[in-house]
Amino acid sequence: MTAARSGAELPPGRLQSVLVANRGEIALRVVRACRELGIRSVAVYSDADARAAHVRMADDAVHVGKSAASKSYLDEDKVLEAARSAGVDAVHPGYGFLSERPSFAAAVESAGLTFVGPPSSVIATMGDKAAARALARRAGVPVVPGSDEVASVDEAVAAAEDVGYPVLVKASAGGGGRGIRPAASADELRTVVAEAQREASSAFGSDKVYLERALQGPKHVEVQVLADTHGGVVHCYERECSLQRRRQKILEEAPAPGLDPSVRSSLCDAAVALAREVGYVGAGTVEFLVEGSGREAAFFFIEMNTRIQVEHPITEWVTGLDLVAEQLRVAGGAPLSVAQDDVVCRGAAIEFRVNAEDPDQDFLPSPGTVEALELPGGPGVRVDTALMAGDVVPPFYDSLVAKLAVWAPTREQALARGRRALAEYRVDGLPTTIGLHRRLLDHPAVVDGTYDITTLETWLAG
Amino acid sequence: MGSHTITSRTPGVFYHRPSPDAEPYVTQGASVSEGDTVGLVEVMKTFHEVKADAAGTVSRFLVENEDEVTIGQDLVELET
Repeated sequence: MTAARSGAELPPGRLQSVLVANRGEIALRVVRACRELGIRSVAVYSDADARAAHVRMADDAVHVGKSAASKSYLDEDKVLEAARSAGVDAVHPGYGFLSERPSFAAAVESAGLTFVGPPSSVIATMGDKAAARALARRAGVPVVPGSDEVASVDEAVAAAEDVGYPVLVKASAGGGGRGIRPAASADELRTVVAEAQREASSAFGSDKVYLERALQGPKHVEVQVLADTHGGVVHCYERECSLQRRRQKILEEAPAPGLDPSVRSSLCDAAVALAREVGYVGAGTVEFLVEGSGREAAFFFIEMNTRIQVEHPITEWVTGLDLVAEQLRVAGGAPLSVAQDDVVCRGAAIEFRVNAEDPDQDFLPSPGTVEALELPGGPGVRVDTALMAGDVVPPFYDSLVAKLAVWAPTREQALARGRRALAEYRVDGLPTTIGLHRRLLDHPAVVDGTYDITTLETWLAG
Repeated sequence: MGSHTITSRTPGVFYHRPSPDAEPYVTQGASVSEGDTVGLVEVMKTFHEVKADAAGTVSRFLVENEDEVTIGQDLVELET
């Protein structure tokens, strides 16, 4: 928090120049926001990206290393040195890469520069599973029912009585879906805990496990929040992101179809309460699992992403806000441009992630050269991409190469517009997920909006 | 005695070891069977094991740990 600032001596609320510490479409997104706000943007680039669009379109660019991400975009020292040499007053981390590393945010702060995001201490707290869960409890936000660490099979069975079956046995040191086993009864739990302890011990060097209630067919729903350094915190409604493969989102929409208005209201209030409790600053996303439907639906906090999100364009479509511009305003010390009552959710928006992957070959990454490219256009269509015809998609970075986001007054019209835009979209030279999206829009659960986090993987396996 | 070269099936970054702190999959002089893992190539944040497509003894590595590789590039030379 910028505690030194009092209301009487507000800074002009404007950054002069920003280092865009990222690549691809999100770097271009930040460069564009800077241009519109009259802020000088400085790109960074690796060997592989010397001629990339984000470099061409920024006001200036600094080379930060070899092509491998660990030797360029993930190298904290090199990126910080680029910020110093370029003489910028702020660093925008985008998403991925260094965006959620407390050490990088702290280094930017120590260098006397502004990190476009929350304070490093907030990133650290929300990045620690146990600390984030404890903070949510303090803020009165429900978390998935679970136990403390259990040391024995008997302890696990006793704890499961409180948590409620079916449970998931999770390794404390696990992550990214590894070391998770389900158990539906006490008998099953006895076997599973013993196995889980053995596996955790060899895989993670610690046999500590805990229990969590296994939610039934939950939906992944997340709330966008914005906070400034003057105590202003607003939510920008929710995004439905249940269509995932291996925990990677592929299609998102706003608002969440079928979400009861009273549940939506409680969900959004919970996200604001959490952001206030942790002293949040900037744009952030509070992720929840929602179980059940109608007014009886229950929601549980899972984690907070302390950065701009890939799927932010659909929130921009339905609210009319420019979330990246708000980030830059807030980082410059200005208050948010909106109060809660000004944030209105209108119509429906859907985002389709275009990845350089081959859905017919188990989503094998497919770097290569774009031989020809035809982008969709017309009413209600937005494409965020840094990929131009003739460009090479290098093998070193994330496979996301574009985001198609459509808006229409109703969800039904947005689906029709999505189908139309996907039919116009053509990429020659490498396989992408565009064809997958065309087929996905015919899935009955996608058409009626009843899909959950198991739908996509079940469909792909079928 | 002949020689055989194991090549990369994808472009990316080559690693000698499964994780930064782990022991290398194989070292010079090691004998490998067909199907043994001899390295790892990272492509778009996913990791693909490089398997020996012949049996033999590792005579030398043709790329360093963390080197960038292209599709079809020679990685490991075996004495067969």
